[in-house]
Amino acid sequence: MRKLVLSILIGVLALGGVFLGQPNQEPVAEARGGRVLNIYSSRHYGALEAPFVAFQEATGIEVRVSDGEPRALLERLRAEGDRTPADIFLAIDAGVLSLAAEEGLLQPVESEILLNNIDESQRDPENRWFGLSQRVRTIAYNPEVVDPSELSTYEALADPQWKDRLCLRPASHIYTVSLVSSLIYHHGYDEALEIVKGWVANNPTYINSDTRIIETIVAGGCDVGIVNHYYLARLKSQDPEYPAALFWANQDASGTFYNVNGAGITANARNYDEAVEFLEFMSSLEGQAGTPEGLPGVNFEFPTNPEAELNEILAQFIEEFGEFELDLEYPLWEYGNYQEDAVRLLEEAGYGFDEG
Amino acid sequence: MSQTTLSQSRWNTISIQVKAATLPSLRWWRWLALILPMSIAVLVLMPLVYLASSITDPNEALWTRWWDTILPPMLINTLQLTLGVGIGTFIIGTVAAWLVTAYEFPGRILFDRLLLLPLAIPSFILGFVFIATFDYAGPVQTQWRDWFGDDAWFPDVMSVWGLIIVMTAVLYPYVYILARASFREQAASTFEAARVMGYSRTQTFFRLVLPLARPSIAAGVVLAMMEAMTDYGTVSFFGYPTLSEGVVRIWKGTFGFDAADNAAQLASLLMFIAFGMIVLERLLRGRAKYYQQGGEGRRLQRVPLKGWKQFVPTAILGVILGFAFILPYGRLVYWAYHEVQNPQVGLLSVDIFQEHIKNTVRIAGIASGLVIGLSIVVAHGVRVTATSGKKRIPRFIARLTTLGYAMPGAVVAVGILLIVMPIDHEFTDYLELEWGRTNPDLFFTGTMTAMLYAYVVRFMAVGFNSVDASLEKIKPSMEEAARTMGAGSFRVFRRIYIPLLKTGIAAGAILVFVDVMKEIPATLILRPPFGTDTLALWVYGLASEAFWQAAAVPSIAIVGFGLIPILLLMRIGENTKETHG
Repeated sequence: MRKLVLSILIGVLALGGVFLGQPNQEPVAEARGGRVLNIYSSRHYGALEAPFVAFQEATGIEVRVSDGEPRALLERLRAEGDRTPADIFLAIDAGVLSLAAEEGLLQPVESEILLNNIDESQRDPENRWFGLSQRVRTIAYNPEVVDPSELSTYEALADPQWKDRLCLRPASHIYTVSLVSSLIYHHGYDEALEIVKGWVANNPTYINSDTRIIETIVAGGCDVGIVNHYYLARLKSQDPEYPAALFWANQDASGTFYNVNGAGITANARNYDEAVEFLEFMSSLEGQAGTPEGLPGVNFEFPTNPEAELNEILAQFIEEFGEFELDLEYPLWEYGNYQEDAVRLLEEAGYGFDEG
Repeated sequence: MSQTTLSQSRWNTISIQVKAATLPSLRWWRWLALILPMSIAVLVLMPLVYLASSITDPNEALWTRWWDTILPPMLINTLQLTLGVGIGTFIIGTVAAWLVTAYEFPGRILFDRLLLLPLAIPSFILGFVFIATFDYAGPVQTQWRDWFGDDAWFPDVMSVWGLIIVMTAVLYPYVYILARASFREQAASTFEAARVMGYSRTQTFFRLVLPLARPSIAAGVVLAMMEAMTDYGTVSFFGYPTLSEGVVRIWKGTFGFDAADNAAQLASLLMFIAFGMIVLERLLRGRAKYYQQGGEGRRLQRVPLKGWKQFVPTAILGVILGFAFILPYGRLVYWAYHEVQNPQVGLLSVDIFQEHIKNTVRIAGIASGLVIGLSIVVAHGVRVTATSGKKRIPRFIARLTTLGYAMPGAVVAVGILLIVMPIDHEFTDYLELEWGRTNPDLFFTGTMTAMLYAYVVRFMAVGFNSVDASLEKIKPSMEEAARTMGAGSFRVFRRIYIPLLKTGIAAGAILVFVDVMKEIPATLILRPPFGTDTLALWVYGLASEAFWQAAAVPSIAIVGFGLIPILLLMRIGENTKETHG
């Protein structure tokens, strides 16, 4: 008999564990009495970032962040549908944001403040998401070996002169996918395929970290690579003399490719008002600051609010590497339309999906 | 040890005398004791069966495309890695075990125990330390180029070789422990007989000692191979696509839409391969049972090495231990120190660190309690029903509940995801409509339920084996005797069950705890959004962006927790030695 009691007891305890194991007994604002904002974010550095803390302090709204890769978070939003606990979807890729918007996962936001703060080119035409900081994906090189006059465009890296001298990010990363989507937009699929095949023919070293690409360039493992600008900024912030340089690609063509770190409010957000406040705060001069308390500043990115002050390392970049134009011909909200093609193209071109 | 045996035989004698006085057997709870484990088995099998059924409805377009692109390299890579780690752990583990068993050399006693330490380092942590140290821009190659010029050859670190080295370094202790135990058990007399027959020491080792130890060594090697096959973190740092990594990658949407369904397709293939591994393990282990005569007490005489030779084992083992534990651990400490002084990424505050520790301990704690609880139900059920004569069926059911141990976390997670996703919304709608709950969380994926489910499937074997082993020690006669002597059920439970089960349960709980703490893929796929940033995911996020220094801080915490069972294991090693001596 006692065995029965024992079994049942343990069984009940075990099942009880499952229910007690619900991580958040008070996920909704009402339960706590305070105000809460739930964010799905694809910036994954483990820490609650300074701009979020600043927002929390300014508004008294508690910020909770769940991070993951942009496309994985999009999948999650899809699966959760109107039950998602997320109020804000923050993604480092305009393509993913556009897809989320097109699928009805994000809702239009009516806010004069946002419209005033953020330029038309940096947000969804239907105001379902807003770019909050810009990252420029451009060419990094070793100034000891490469003269900037040798560099011109992404397309030109397909030239045989760069054989065995390139470091590129594998196709499994969204940075590569989005860059290639811009080639498809400008040149059409077939011509873009030829360009990418040219890169592949140059036998690039695939490295799945922009930091390591730059470090490898400096160490002499390759001469030229394609990276997001802030990875170099970060290295320079630790060592101002860090010996790598950036070249703003495609200035004589349609401009340098860039992406935004942007955010939208989920279709069924439980904390809609808080979410609007968040977007407005992040687009304000405070949220757009070039210091670590601003969303662009914390990651050495460019602000999307034209009034905002630039981070000082970025100001040095412009002094050192010159002024540049972004590729505004390829609208951010089109990015999502070319990503599937880009993945297919990368596969077809034999571009590496992995390191090596 | 010997005391238990003595008391057991005494209980047996008493129980024969009092058989007539035992309680009438209560059929219905015996049925329950069978039904509960069966339901657990069904629960564990559900995601696997669901995946298996998805292969009967293959997405042909998808498979054709994969067959032309990603599938062949994944298959080859998985095979290479698994075999490589099998061979590597076999050589390192066996050699190390033989050295500490058969020879006397400086530092032997220390090595005997310390060689277990690498088990505390999860392979993804050693993986990123290795990459940071030996990659092109790392300190070793930079120094190398300084010495030998810019074009000096250096092996490609980010390759299958680098990966095999890392995994072997972490996994060889599986083989080492089992091989060492087996070498120790072998009677000195057998060995001496062979020596008298004129075999040299080396010949004896290859012709006699090694074949006799085969079942143990094979078990250790297959275990290491399973770990290599199911690994996610390490292979993804190395950018080395295996099938396990592929499932997660597809789930992440790397290859386009319908990510969960597509991932299930690949997961079903991988599941059959994992199943093959289980069969392989059974074959290697099951058939080969060798018995030898007598000589229990006397151990192999260790040969003292003289002159320079005595330092050869010291050097070999020193290199192994240095590479697999001391250097990487030192480097982690060094990085962590610098990160605390001058943070590389964002804000490293005590709060954030505590938050991750708290999440990890809570998740791993709940999971290990759950797994152990279910293990007790199963082990107890098997025992109760087995005594009524039919041993096979309950044993089989128990085996089914532990089937998940060879399955990659990603496979289990995707299987569960597919099952719970459709239920999730209906159940939540029901809660809202019928119970009037406002905005309930999704039942499975919005809470820890789905994630815990995955841990149960994945780690049930670990818990069950520990609990079952300690339950074996309690003979039914002991209980019957206690009862006839007037002990009430509570007293029996307190005086017999608790003392005898304590160690096994604690050991099992710690092992499950550490396994859950290190888990990445299932956690990544099934975790609820908030409050589940574990240490392992923190390390994973930082290290995949090459923030080595920042990743060192949570890594040290993980290794710290991982050391607990290893230290216990070392103590157990000592205890058995004492009783033998």
